[in-house]
Amino acid sequence: MYKILHKKVLSDVNKLMVVSAPDVARKAQAGQFVIVRIDEQGERIPLTIADYDREAGTITIIFQEVGKSTMHMGMLNPGDEFATFTGPLGHETEVENYGTVVCVGGGVGIAPIYPIARALKEAGNRVLSIIGARSKELLFWEDRMRAVSDELVVCTDDGSYGRKALVTEPLKEMLEEHRGEITRVWAIGPAIMMKFVALTTEPFEVPTIVSLNTIMIDGTGMCGGCRVKLKEGAKFVCADGPEFDAHQVDWDLLLARQRYYLDEEKRAVEQWEHKCRLEAQG
Amino acid sequence: MTELTNRERMSIPRQAMPAQEAEARRTNFDEVALGFTMELVQQEADRCLQCKRPHCVDGCPVGVLIPQFIAALREGDMEGAVRAMKEKNNLPAICGRVCPQESQCEVKCVLAKKGEPVAIGRLERFVGDYELAQRTCPLERGEPTGKRVAVVGSGPAGLTCAVDVGREGHEVVIFESLHAPGGVLVYGIPEFRLPKGVVQAEIDYAVECLGIEMRLDAVIGSLYTLNELLDQENGAGFDAIFLGTGAGLPSFMRIPGINYNGVVSANEFLTRVNLMKGYLFPEYDTPVKVGDRVAVVGAGNVAMDAARCSLRLQALRQREGAEVHIVYRRSAAEVPARAEEVHHAEEEGIIFDFLTNPIEIYGDENGNVCGMRCIRMELGEPDDSGRRRPIPIEGSEFDMDVDMVVMALGTSPNPLVFKDAGGLERFKWGTVIADEETGRTTKPRVWAGGDVVTGAATVISAMGAGKRAADDINAFLREGIDPWA
Repeated sequence: MYKILHKKVLSDVNKLMVVSAPDVARKAQAGQFVIVRIDEQGERIPLTIADYDREAGTITIIFQEVGKSTMHMGMLNPGDEFATFTGPLGHETEVENYGTVVCVGGGVGIAPIYPIARALKEAGNRVLSIIGARSKELLFWEDRMRAVSDELVVCTDDGSYGRKALVTEPLKEMLEEHRGEITRVWAIGPAIMMKFVALTTEPFEVPTIVSLNTIMIDGTGMCGGCRVKLKEGAKFVCADGPEFDAHQVDWDLLLARQRYYLDEEKRAVEQWEHKCRLEAQG
Repeated sequence: MTELTNRERMSIPRQAMPAQEAEARRTNFDEVALGFTMELVQQEADRCLQCKRPHCVDGCPVGVLIPQFIAALREGDMEGAVRAMKEKNNLPAICGRVCPQESQCEVKCVLAKKGEPVAIGRLERFVGDYELAQRTCPLERGEPTGKRVAVVGSGPAGLTCAVDVGREGHEVVIFESLHAPGGVLVYGIPEFRLPKGVVQAEIDYAVECLGIEMRLDAVIGSLYTLNELLDQENGAGFDAIFLGTGAGLPSFMRIPGINYNGVVSANEFLTRVNLMKGYLFPEYDTPVKVGDRVAVVGAGNVAMDAARCSLRLQALRQREGAEVHIVYRRSAAEVPARAEEVHHAEEEGIIFDFLTNPIEIYGDENGNVCGMRCIRMELGEPDDSGRRRPIPIEGSEFDMDVDMVVMALGTSPNPLVFKDAGGLERFKWGTVIADEETGRTTKPRVWAGGDVVTGAATVISAMGAGKRAADDINAFLREGIDPWA
């Protein structure tokens, strides 16, 4: 069992947890993910590692409550335990001194972009960052991102904080302004955001890396449920990724695959809310 | 009681296994075969001729003392039967259910020549179930030796090896990547063939008796690499490693449409159903979809399991008029699945489309499967596998109306474990090179066995490999002679 040591409510739907998992923390690297399971009935949920502390033996995860399992997770508190906390899985981010790089984090994707930005900064890169969310209350870690970035643009879709824009707008401006200087872009966020980041960087021919969070079960290459179609053929996100060349990804198929279990997700949420209401009534 | 003559023994018919009727069982996930009663056991045990030179034992990959345990059963000496069984087989409740006895021990039974062999597997299961309930003969751990053995993977090979090494007194740690022990026994084989409670009970019993440490959620290759496990200075400092990580990587056909929603590997489908208990959704969180017209491509045991799970999900969800097809490019004669599994599948209403091969999968505007184009095949000359090679018949293409396709085309070893495992050689198709008799790999202090060496095979052959490797590991740790030196 893996104990939750600390919890921070970042917004109504975004929660941060620091979990005791010394073995995972010993090996964790930026870009990798863990799989968590709440209890015996729980599903295996892949979450990108937001931070790790080898000394303390902890892993930080940030998640957005989008379905039954994440809603349930959001109700857990320090002292509660996860039944499963496996990792670190997937390949780490390839960090070198590339020169000038851009890190884009959208929504809950700000969490996994942070350790990558930090590692890139530590490797001597000039790091230009963009973080964005639908509205102010969904933003977090602006301070952390600022600390590891040479420049930081903050934007919201509704203009409630920072610049009123989608992340692709400042990204395009940066690519134009630093034409030829920017050698690499990382983007993590909702699939639709990553798709448009890919479309934005493609004309500039800047290699762009995205971290995909697809449906998966085991996270070790066993099920193939996470497969993503690239121009060179299908790959498994868990074993071959989770980072891929954004210009290779068949985004429409990826988006379709993410919608596959929508009916079941809806049903699970209804059932869960019903159960919560009954419990609230005693 | 007077001793029966051989003639009398041979006149007793082979006792049938009580089972759920096909009509009833296709609507639930409960075990199909219900198990012998004590009375049936006596009847069946009386059929054994107690051959002086028993061929049945030769057919068993772990060499179970078959005549001895049957003789004890005949006497009603259950403890004696358990003791005889456990000389060679520590997981009889599992083997009694999933071993292909018809091609191993029973095919060699002298009675098989003139009629039907003794139902060794059914008797074995009875002994195993009895022992899980009664615990008459707990495994005993030898004097602690101070030696430490890491077993990677808790499937049939790893478990068997762990038990035999543990009995010797060595300290054993099993590393399992999933959240439940058992490997293919829990994620692959369905509840209705092998109840997960039986697997858990069998594992708990052995692990408790021998003080084996079971480390779940431990992905070797990531959490520790093989080199780190062996490292005496800074690593985990194990004296030996047994690699029983199986063949977990699914294969997909290289045809258009293979990535549409609704094309799943048998691994994914079975894991959702078995390990994650998706058939109990939403009580359990993991959903599993089933089509109204499912095509399972392949005809091995895994394909049968996937087809029979599909059928049950359709029934549970009251899909009127739903169908499940097995699509296989060769003919009935080449089907690799156990005869009993094929028979059960047919009884339950699975439709077999032989000499048929998919060439394209169609998707609708949402990216969901909405059909499959196939081509008819004919059999040509035998290929490398000795089976007749299937050849497409030109112009015979046709469309199948399906909304889900399960790929059951075999699996290969997961490469994750080979990270930082320098010196461990593999064949180009991914399996580990290991000596068949000893399980020794090309890397010092590393043994391997089961599907990671052979590619997808049977539970019992994996157990046999685990057992042989355990013998060699025990000899190595006892004598300290380094076979790699």
